[in-house]
Amino acid sequence: MTKASERAFVRMEQVGHCYDPAAGNMAVQQIDLEIHRHEFVAVVGPSGCGKSTLLRMVAGLLIPSAGKVSVFDRQVTEPRDDVGIVFQKPTLLPWLTVRDNVLFPLKHKYGLVTAADKVRAEELLAMAGLAQFSARMPDELSGGMQQRVGIVRALLLNPDILLMDEPFSALDAMTREQIGFDLLDIWTEHPKTVLFITHSISEAVLLADRVLVMSQRPGTVLDLIEIDIPRPRSSATINSPRFAELTARIRKHIYEPEVHA
Amino acid sequence: MSQKSMPNKTALSDTATLAIRQWLLNYASALFFIVFVVMWELICRVGKVPVYILPSPVSIVNAFFDVEFSRWLEHLWATLRVALMGFALSICISIPLAIAMVRSEVLSRTIYPALVVIQSTPVVAVAPLIIVLMGTGDMSRVLITCLITFFPLVVSTATGMLETPEELIELSKSLRAPRYRETWQIRIPYAIPHIFSGLKVSITLAIIGAVVAEFVAAEKGLGYFIQFSTSFFKIPQAFAGLIFLAVVSLVLFKSVQWAQQWLYPWSIPKNKR
Repeated sequence: MTKASERAFVRMEQVGHCYDPAAGNMAVQQIDLEIHRHEFVAVVGPSGCGKSTLLRMVAGLLIPSAGKVSVFDRQVTEPRDDVGIVFQKPTLLPWLTVRDNVLFPLKHKYGLVTAADKVRAEELLAMAGLAQFSARMPDELSGGMQQRVGIVRALLLNPDILLMDEPFSALDAMTREQIGFDLLDIWTEHPKTVLFITHSISEAVLLADRVLVMSQRPGTVLDLIEIDIPRPRSSATINSPRFAELTARIRKHIYEPEVHA
Repeated sequence: MSQKSMPNKTALSDTATLAIRQWLLNYASALFFIVFVVMWELICRVGKVPVYILPSPVSIVNAFFDVEFSRWLEHLWATLRVALMGFALSICISIPLAIAMVRSEVLSRTIYPALVVIQSTPVVAVAPLIIVLMGTGDMSRVLITCLITFFPLVVSTATGMLETPEELIELSKSLRAPRYRETWQIRIPYAIPHIFSGLKVSITLAIIGAVVAEFVAAEKGLGYFIQFSTSFFKIPQAFAGLIFLAVVSLVLFKSVQWAQQWLYPWSIPKNKR
């Protein structure tokens, strides 16, 4: 009997998806991936390689046309309760305050929020350094702060799995690095299984335990790289030789795909 | 700017240019209006234009005050009542209709062509038929107003609901929330800015609808007043009625804008709040 922490939590077996069965061209195909509980897996690949498709299949928003996705040995056939999603854009509701935006998933799912929920929302906001902004409207916040609110919103239902679809791609480089480290802090404090889609190679190496490198459309797995850089990671990590080696290895896959084809 | 604080001559002229520019930006439209009215008055006086062809602004103002104020109010109320009732009816029909159409593709495909047909039929041409059909009471005038106002509202509401970001719909799906909450908590609020653009178009159309209806059959109202004045060659009086009508229409338009600012301040872009 293996320990629970070593068993695959999210499992993809020969997963493929085709948006237009008539044309028959696959968006992604033959993806095999096992993610352990509380593991941080990043997915990198060129634009349009089906990274987001992969994420939506884990979320249960898309049903794969080939293979199967399962979470804790149960096949995913519809959206699950234990999944939180952070989108590329913060997609906050402009008519709600920051706190009500964080509470929105509860309000939307169950139709009501309790005093305890409100306290929890405030706590989560405080953890993300947004305590004093909870009564503000989203458009009074910077892009980085808005995306933090988006992350906090995804954490509200305390999901086991956090799915992040290029969450920092709309942010400027400096904000981006900072929010990445903040995400790692949150993840250390509240361990979650993270599937992190990005098109930034360095971001993937900096944050993840493993990086899945995908090919051009139809997206397949080119490489699955163990990131053996010790945690906690910091901005100093970027200067380490191992970091350079790993990013170079991924870059090679992306820019010289024919070598590995 | 005083000379003391701006001793540099070029800087002073720059400030002056800027100030003039700002002043122009603020008052250009008012200035244009004044120049326009003065030119109008001058042309009428110098050219000795007969009053039944083009009355001068002064004669229009005089004509306005020649009519008793209580009579103005009577006509105003008749028009306003029909316009607002038609507008309200139109809101009650078109917003639920748009919501239903967004939720059901079958319904949307069934009804949309009919809506386009109704919209393409000139209401002015249909108005007499409606009066014949429903009599000369308020009801037929309200219906005419409603016919002319509802289409922009349906289209803007539906457009707004359909422009909701896909991610939010995915968020709703990932939460497995009931569909009515997706409509109420996401799509409809998202449509608010669109709904208000539709309302602004509709409120001015409502006045047009009420006036068209009065042209066909009425014994009160500003539209009736204009038609009646024209048929008796009281052209300055007709112009006074027309300008009054335009002012009413403008106030209604502004009221919709104020309502949006007051009820949904978030729905107005930040730099315009």
